[in-house]
Amino acid sequence: MLQEPFSKGNSQIHRLDPRFKVVFATVYAFVVALSNSFPALIAALIFSFALICLCRLDFLEVAKRVALVNGFIIFLWLVVPLTYDGQSIFYLGPFGVSREGVLVSARITLKSNAILLAFIALIASNTVATLGNALGRLRVPEKIIYLLLLNYRYIFVMEEEYRRLLRSASIRGFRPASNLHTYKTYAYLIGILFVRAADRAERVYKAMLCRGFSGSFYSLHEFSFSRLDWIWLIVMTIAITGLEILEWMKMT
Amino acid sequence: MHISEGVLSGPVLVSGIVLAAVGVAVGLKKLDYDRIPRAAILSASFFVASLIHVPVGPSSVHLILNGIVGLILGWGAFPVILVALTLQAMLFQFGGITTLGVNTMIMALPAVFCYYLFGRLVGRQPRIALPAAFVCGALSVFLGAVMVGLALTFTDENFLKVSYLVVTAHLPVMIIEGIITAFCVAFLKKVQPDMLRE
Repeated sequence: MLQEPFSKGNSQIHRLDPRFKVVFATVYAFVVALSNSFPALIAALIFSFALICLCRLDFLEVAKRVALVNGFIIFLWLVVPLTYDGQSIFYLGPFGVSREGVLVSARITLKSNAILLAFIALIASNTVATLGNALGRLRVPEKIIYLLLLNYRYIFVMEEEYRRLLRSASIRGFRPASNLHTYKTYAYLIGILFVRAADRAERVYKAMLCRGFSGSFYSLHEFSFSRLDWIWLIVMTIAITGLEILEWMKMT
Repeated sequence: MHISEGVLSGPVLVSGIVLAAVGVAVGLKKLDYDRIPRAAILSASFFVASLIHVPVGPSSVHLILNGIVGLILGWGAFPVILVALTLQAMLFQFGGITTLGVNTMIMALPAVFCYYLFGRLVGRQPRIALPAAFVCGALSVFLGAVMVGLALTFTDENFLKVSYLVVTAHLPVMIIEGIITAFCVAFLKKVQPDMLRE
């Protein structure tokens, strides 16, 4: 089932101006992604973890998401140290484990998780609707916002539709297995999903026109930059400057 | 199909953003306001369909479906995939802000490419349309995997072997996607042929 478990909450971070959170999360993600020194990356991971703690989210849920996203990282750890050029620190059978490979994998692991945790704290703590409105205020093209909000609105409807189709298939004795019949059934299921989506779009658009839709969504949500936002603006500017200093110290 | 945050280098991330921005701009230009609800609700159905896990031997793969997105939406695939990736990040935290450009390119460029290559062919009689749809589904996944590999290799030449593994790992997915795309096109041709005619 699709859900947004992190968007509910009343922590300081949940109450920040979403526009500010989007801008900061973007700058922060790029700064971390482009950093290479270990002190900076470890500091970033600690800072992101602090953000998660301040967000007061369900730890178990956060841990589950983090574990899922780290699948690719595990794959990297299995492959990169063995295939990376560089001096070998020890041997696993015929394969040398390269020092550089281990360092690269460690760096990617730190970066990836630091960015991920900050994303959960700052971006996933908004509902998609709020995010859409915030992006609209940040001058993201109207058509993209329009696509995002309508897409989000109908994902849940289409998921319901898909479950209904799957139920009726299984009532008729459909059991998925690795055979052509299964693939054909899924393909037809997907096909009917597309056809119904197109039909529904027709009806929805007509209904929108009947209600005077003229091409833009209005939001009653007023964004305001409060004192809390100013405090966090200072905290986060210091954090980013700190990371840059750590990164720069390594270079010289 | 996506690359996680923190893996790619600055130049690769920036090129991804610039190229994706061009693609999205073209896509938005071709997508009039009155076509957006259709694109949005179709993309919601693509999103749900891509969550389906199809059994393959002892394991299962989830569908990517960028080939069929290309066939149905053409250049509209760019903005639709950008939005789908944003939602994927919001709902599952897969992908993220810095990789949004690269990941959009990985899925949308093969989609548009296959649209030009096969868009006409799938409109012909089934003898031509179905093999074309199979190749379209398989090729769009293959090209996506190749683009993942290129993004990794441009980041660091030592990722070349990782890239080979990524492409190899997608071979079973390619075949499944080809079969599903062929059946799906066959179905749409019978039920709603004008969906494939943009």
